[in-house]
This record gives sequence, C-alpha cells and structure tokens, in this order.
Amino acid sequence: MIRLERRPAPSRFWTAATPVLAVLLTMLAGGLMFALLGKDPVAAIRIIFWDPLFNPQFASYSRPQLLVKAGPLILIAVGLSFGFRANIWNIGAEGQYIIGALCGAGVALAFYPLEAWFIFPLMVLAGALGGWAWAMIPAILKTRFNTNEILVSLLLVYVAERLLAALAMGRMRNPEGGGFPGSRNIANYPSASNTELIANTGMHWGVVTAFIAVIFGYILLHRHILGYHVQLAGQAPRAARFAGVNPDRLVMFCLGLAGLLAGLAGMFEVAGPAGRINIDFGSGYGFTAIIVAFLGRLHPIGILLAGLLLGLTYIGGELAQMMLGLPSAAIQAFQGMLLFFLLALDMLSNYRIRLKPREVA
Amino acid sequence: MKRRTLLASSAMALGLAVSPALADDPLKVGFVYVGPVGDYGWTATHDAARQMVEEHFGDGVETSYVESVPEGADAERVMTQMALSGHELIFATSFGFGPDANNVAARFPDVKFEHATGYTQDHDNVSLYNARFYEGRAVIGHIAGKMTETNTIGYIASYPIPEVIMGINSAYLHAKAANPDVQFRIIWVYSWFDPAQEADAATALIEQGADVLMQHTDSSAPIAIAQENGVMAFGQASDMVAFGPDAHLTAILDEWGPYYIERIQAVMDSTWQAGDVWHGFAEGMVALAPLNERIPEDVRAEAEFMIEAIAAGEYHPFTGPINRQDGSPWLAEGETAPDGDLLGMNFYVEGITAEIPN
Repeated sequence: MIRLERRPAPSRFWTAATPVLAVLLTMLAGGLMFALLGKDPVAAIRIIFWDPLFNPQFASYSRPQLLVKAGPLILIAVGLSFGFRANIWNIGAEGQYIIGALCGAGVALAFYPLEAWFIFPLMVLAGALGGWAWAMIPAILKTRFNTNEILVSLLLVYVAERLLAALAMGRMRNPEGGGFPGSRNIANYPSASNTELIANTGMHWGVVTAFIAVIFGYILLHRHILGYHVQLAGQAPRAARFAGVNPDRLVMFCLGLAGLLAGLAGMFEVAGPAGRINIDFGSGYGFTAIIVAFLGRLHPIGILLAGLLLGLTYIGGELAQMMLGLPSAAIQAFQGMLLFFLLALDMLSNYRIRLKPREVA
Repeated sequence: MKRRTLLASSAMALGLAVSPALADDPLKVGFVYVGPVGDYGWTATHDAARQMVEEHFGDGVETSYVESVPEGADAERVMTQMALSGHELIFATSFGFGPDANNVAARFPDVKFEHATGYTQDHDNVSLYNARFYEGRAVIGHIAGKMTETNTIGYIASYPIPEVIMGINSAYLHAKAANPDVQFRIIWVYSWFDPAQEADAATALIEQGADVLMQHTDSSAPIAIAQENGVMAFGQASDMVAFGPDAHLTAILDEWGPYYIERIQAVMDSTWQAGDVWHGFAEGMVALAPLNERIPEDVRAEAEFMIEAIAAGEYHPFTGPINRQDGSPWLAEGETAPDGDLLGMNFYVEGITAEIPN
C-alpha cells in the first residue's frame, strides 16, 4: 500500500528537483500528445525548448524576445506574490496593467510633440500611480466594507477594458489616424519611447525594472520585517495579529504593491514593445502572471525562472505552430501540463512516499 | 524545412551568402491569424484560402500559419520569425496587425507583406487588400427588411470602427427601403470573437423584439441562439447553416482564395508590386451563401438581381439622396459614395435611432 507521510520540514532536495522533473514529465506527456496529433514529438520539443535559444536562424532574435515577453510577467508576478503569501487575492492585475498603460500614455500624448528629458520619468510615475490607485479600490473596499477583493479586483478588469476601448476610440485616438481607433505611436516619440537600452538585447526599462523588482522582492521577503509579516499573516493569521500585524495595513500594502508593479509593467509595454494604446492592448499578461507567481512558488527567484520558462514556451510554441503546423490549443495544453506537473509534484517536497506491506487483518 | 536549415547553417559556417530563393525550392508563405482556425468565421475563411493555395500550387508552395496572435509585440515577433525562417510572402490577416506588419517590413525589405483591411502602407513591400462587405450587407439588409414580422432587426456589432459602421448603414438603408417601418437595435460586444458574449447579445436582442439577427462578429453562437428561439439570422464570413438550418437565411462569404493565389503567383513570377485593392461581388471576394428555402421566391429574385446589379457596377449600395443621422445632407440625389468617405465613416445615416458609442 502506498502511504503519504508528512515531512517535518519541506525536503530541500525535492524542492530543487521537482521543477526539473516537472519539465521532463511535461516533455514526455506533451510529446505523447504531439505524437497523437501526428507530429514528430522530438522535433516539437526541440523547437519549443531548444530552437528559441540556440537555433542559428532564430536565436539572435528570439533570445532577446524572451526578455521582452518575460519582463512584464515577472514584474507583475513579483507584486502579486506578496499578496498571495498573505492570503490577499488580487486577481485584477490585468486591470491595473491597463490603467498603468493608460496613465503613462496619457502623459506622453499630453506633451506630444514636445521633446524634453522629464517626459519619460513623468510617464513612469503616472503609470505606477495609476496601477496603484486602481488596486487601492479593492483595498479600500475590503478594509472599509469588508468586500471580497477577489471579486472586486477581477470585475475592475472589465471596467479597465471598457475604459481602454473608450479612450482608444475617443480621447486618445490618433488625430492623424483617419478615424481608426488607437493612439499615436508612442514608441516612435523619442522623449516618451521605452527603447532598447542596448541594441538587440531586448533589454528595455521594463525588463530592468523587473530584475530590480526581483532583487528588492527577495530582500523584502527575507530580510525585512514587512516580508516576515506577510509570511506570518499567510501561515498563521491569529499569531500575526498577536505579533502586532495590522491586517488592514497589510491589505493596503499588498494590493498597492501589486498594482504599482502591474501599472509600471503596462506603462513600459505601451511605450515600448506594444507602442500604442489600442482596443486590444490588454493581452492577458495580468492573468498569466498569476500562473507565473505560482509556478515560481511565490518566491522572487522562482518567479524570475518561471517567467523565463513560460516566455520560452510562448516563443517556442509559436515556432512549433509555424514549423510543424501544431494548433495553438496544443501549445496551451502543453503549458497547462507544465503547471499541472509542477503543482502535483509539489507534494514530494512536503510528503514522503512510503511503501508498506498490506497489514493482515 | 530541415533542408533549408541545413543549407543556411552550413552556408553560414562557410561564410557564403545564400540566395533567398533557390529555383527548385517551394515558396514559403506565412499566414498570421487573429483568431483560431476553428472560429467558423473570419480566420476560418483565411485558412480555407490557405488550403486553396496549397491545393492550387501543390509542391510549389509551403504554407505555415500561427493562430490566435494578439496584435502588437506578439504579432511583430511572429512575423519576424516568419521572415527569419525564409518566408517570402506574409499575409497579416487582421486590421490590428497594420503597425506590426509595417515595422517588420521595414527590417526585411525582401519579404513581401499583404495586410488585410488596413490603411497604413509605409514601405513599398506592404500591400493592402480588403473586401467590400457593405455590398453583401446591402443584400442581407434587403432580405431582412422583407422577412421581419416584428419590424425589428438586431445587430451584433464588434467595434465602432468605419468598417462596422459602414456595414450597419448599408444594411439599414436597404432594410428601410424594403420595409419603411423597420427599426435597428444594435449591441456592441467589443470583440471580434467571443461566443459567450455574442450569445448574450443575441438573447438580449431577441428579448427586445428582434426576429432577424445580423452580426459583425465571427462566432456561430448567434446563429445557434436564433435557431433555439425560432428567429432568423445571417451568418458571418463563412456558411454557418450547420448551426441553425432553419434560422440561417444566408451568410456573407469572404472568398480570399483567388486573391491569395494571384499574389503568390506574382511573387513566383517576380511581378509582385505593392497595391491597394478593395474587391467586392464583381471580383468574387464577397459572395452570399445559398439562400434558405424559407425566403419567398420574389425576395430571392430581388436579392439575386441586386447582386448582379452591384457586380455589374450598375448599382452602388450608397447612392443618394442620403442624409447623416443629424439630418445634414451627405450624398445628393444620384450621387454615389466616394471610397474615402466609406473608409473613414464615423456617422450613422438618418433614421438609425442608436448612437455610436464613444
């Protein structure tokens, strides 16, 4: 009989080994799925994991793209992870991302076509404040009226999307765009553009900020009393209260931080890779970041790796669609398998598997 | 693919330059789709055209596609990777891909880009193509006006852009001409493809008294709802009769195949040049699916007559006198709408009681 026995402390070995094992299992199960779809499984796995990094035809382009794709995911996920650790569930990062982009773009479009050094810093500030303010709505409603932050933050995503559509077709519409929705191209406006810092590296300010967020997240979580409070509130809420943690302040801090970072991510995206405000600007980074946060076990370093891994499956997945004709649903299923195996194998770090002979009655 | 990779990498190792197209190599053509190939609507029609291309050229072409690509950075990356992997012609099949296609075109001057329904052409390797869907909308507007018993027609609209507004106006003008008591109810769903929202909108329109539905969104959900509720509806982009055999009156079909074949042939013959085409019934880019049996004989004949007249250039769906919604004159008696007015259309015609959302 197989029995699970709880470990006194999580196993260090398995904590490190499960992600690797999960990736291997995903390759096996995914390969089986690709084979059932009539595609060469070895080629598919190679194209997804190897080609974006090492294929001489693509790698010089897709390696930097990995940073472009993973940057906003990491930035948002680091912010979310603090709340998730403290059992504060901000599901609305997508909305905060959109509002951050709208605020940043608003500053840029207000100054257009003036060229001045202060425009980009102002946009950064506006993006951060916008995201923060949007996250403060569920925070205040929760602390004042005890509303459910999951619902409020999620529903505010739809409000943000409508606002985005209204502005893309109204106030922010490009006056030289022939009546079509969408703003001016901000990436082509030098004072507001979030360009590559070093050519052909994909490194833009958003990626730099994501790396800084990882470092600060790590310090905050492990070296600062606030990080301790966050962890305590999640693991033992009663003990946290005795230790003097103010739950309302913690809600404000966690939601505010997540909103701020999501707003920054949106602002860097609109000023750089996306280039302009348009109806479809929000392409789900805020939701995918939730997966990244959990894939990375709510740990900043883990999130960094998870963001890069998920980015790789996106870029490699596109290549596999293009080169093998795989349907995009198969790629999504593949990404789902990765999450499934990671979470399922998590058990191994907390439990020990014991094989015991069946007892004779 | 493998052979090309091998050639390219060994040539690189030797420091040789490979010519982009070896004579006996198939031409690589890439398609970027905004939705899933199984949407039974917009993207499905483009993918059907891609399959026509494969059938037509056989081993002469090698096509590849990426579906459900969001516009912006993602679309730009997909197109760049296509260009890097030796595609010589790329069809960007959504309005929103315009800036991305132009950005990639700037970096790959030897790769040709065809952008559907767009308006930006910053480089001479970017071509534009679009279909005059308003011609089809005129005919279904006429049929709707004749078929409605509640005098209320429901319209599921996607985004308030000129393309969609033009379609509403065209359908309304001809419904009104067929039945002066007709009224339009319009619901905006702010998506091109969202079966759940489209179904909700269809239900809401039926509850408001509509007995004929039109849609400018891509899923077949409204047809299924119409079938369930015993009302009538028109399919979008492809023949959707399978989702509502009784409800489905006809559908406006997008026929991209002939154009794609023509453009690919031009690349093969090295005669490709950037263009800007807007084709309709005459060229076969717009067509109607078989008309439902329940449409009476006389209405059927009128619809067919309209199609012929439009195709022959004898009738333009926007022929004056037409006033704007606010009563100001737009087209004088006998005047037809210039293409520029249509492509930038941001007003309703007189008689529509709704407002364009802003």
